[in-house]
Amino acid sequence: MGFNANRRGFIKGAGTALGVAAAAGGVVALYGMKRTWDPLPSVVAAGITEVDVSRMDKGDLRRVEYRGNPVFILKKDEDMAPNPARDVMINGEPYTVAIAICTHLGCIPAWSPSARLFQCACHGGEFDASGEVTFGPPPRALDIPPFRIEGTLLVLGEESEEYHRLVAQA
Amino acid sequence: MAELKKANSVGEWFDQRLQTTTLTKVLMTEYWIPKRINFLWSFGMVLATLFTVLVITGIFLMMYYKPDTQLAFYSVNYTIMHEVAFGWLIRHMHAVAATLIFLFIYIHMFTGLYYGSFKSGRELIWLSGVLLFVTFCAAGFSGYMLPWGQMSYWAAAVITNLFGEIPIIGPELVIWIRGDYVVGDATLTRFFMLHVFLLPVVIMLILGLHFYALRTPHVNTEEGEDCDFEAEARKYQAGDKKNSKVMPFWPKFMAEDIFVMCVVMTLFFFLVFYGYHFALDPVNAIPADPMVTPQFIYPEWYFLWSYEVLRGFFFSSDLGLIAFGIANVVFFLFPWLDRDPKVLPMHKRPYMKYWFWALMITLVGLTIYGKLPATGPNAWVGLVLSVSFLLLVLVLMPLLSSMERKKREREAA
Repeated sequence: MGFNANRRGFIKGAGTALGVAAAAGGVVALYGMKRTWDPLPSVVAAGITEVDVSRMDKGDLRRVEYRGNPVFILKKDEDMAPNPARDVMINGEPYTVAIAICTHLGCIPAWSPSARLFQCACHGGEFDASGEVTFGPPPRALDIPPFRIEGTLLVLGEESEEYHRLVAQA
Repeated sequence: MAELKKANSVGEWFDQRLQTTTLTKVLMTEYWIPKRINFLWSFGMVLATLFTVLVITGIFLMMYYKPDTQLAFYSVNYTIMHEVAFGWLIRHMHAVAATLIFLFIYIHMFTGLYYGSFKSGRELIWLSGVLLFVTFCAAGFSGYMLPWGQMSYWAAAVITNLFGEIPIIGPELVIWIRGDYVVGDATLTRFFMLHVFLLPVVIMLILGLHFYALRTPHVNTEEGEDCDFEAEARKYQAGDKKNSKVMPFWPKFMAEDIFVMCVVMTLFFFLVFYGYHFALDPVNAIPADPMVTPQFIYPEWYFLWSYEVLRGFFFSSDLGLIAFGIANVVFFLFPWLDRDPKVLPMHKRPYMKYWFWALMITLVGLTIYGKLPATGPNAWVGLVLSVSFLLLVLVLMPLLSSMERKKREREAA
């Protein structure tokens, strides 16, 4: 009986150890598999875009690429209402900096200089010069990409206090 | 092992080792199918045939296709379409088979719904079937990305973006699925893997379950009548083939099936040679450009109804997404949404017969409006159709079926 009890205890212990080890191995393997699908270091490193805005005139729109997405940089003129919650101040002048992806389903809106609107062809969404929704299905304003200002240089992909202030107001 | 006698034939040699005679009986000549069925019962084997066509043509496409954003478009549109001998034919067959498979899945599915073959013991046939439908949708979507044209790219962008709406983890999840901040090279290569390996293997496994799930509850009939399969099979084997209510899968059932298959394959090859345009969107003959959205984005016809449910709630993308989510899983719930356990075809059900055709009209309407621009009155028609769909499946299905059950019980009492 004693022998059997020990034998049972051993099998139970060994079985538990095997189960725990297998479960731990499974979790580690799943984590590893999850990590293989993460963006590669080269992809992450290519995720910073620098733009010099010193040569932009008022009312100019530039479209730059940031992380494979288009970004609108619009230097506001006097006819475009200031929007303290969204304006990015560079060298004392207001700019709209926004990811040019409709917040509805990811299409790229086009800037209409006459209407002073960003218009999305897919489902009719419209955004004003500050990127706020004025019409249609988009659930929120155009997203502001993480940015940092260095003089007249706009660095996309790095966060700053100014960026956090705008995001908190969004 | 029992003593082995010298085999008198090749067949006997295999029979000694694999029990091929017994296997043939179990799977074919003594697998009993009811006689009271019609041509609609043939679409299961039609689907299996088309899936085989997809696997074989897919193997040949894979030998020249290059899953790399720099190479993919030209490997399809130049190498396969112009250089490889019969490459165009193989691609047309693959595209047409993919789109026809959805047509026949819908026919197969709504046959099951019409004749009540989805409940009262047959739930697992239905569930494994709906799971196959969902997996085929994933396979269709991942395959659509591979030619790396404008439609490929923007379909991938829009669909992966949907995951971004999931609370908290959404934005991170989208980047993880794509392996990049946007749909890119990592996305293409991983969806290539899903399309050519993981999803086909999953489909084959679920197909095995789907066939196996049929064996115990047996194939349903046109009238939904109960049948003592063992007694009827004995009658058939005793020689009374005429009065027996069943027939063997092989050769009787397959004889009819092969006829229907011939008709379908005639249509298939007609489309492959003369009508392939509907399966190969011209917008996708433009290379993918992440900076330019095509003016009209619409999915393939078989996704239009659920796409319209998504768009239908034009005033709220959250409601649209919730409705879209429901539309994609609600078929799994049908065995329990139908509150009447009695198996009857729709034309013998006093209320559900209207429900069934209302559902068909709603789905066709959603499909038509899914292709039209969602502006002006179209948006309102889309909303009405989307709400009707949800009402039909979530409210009217349980309500009407339980009214029917009560009515029948009253009449019986």
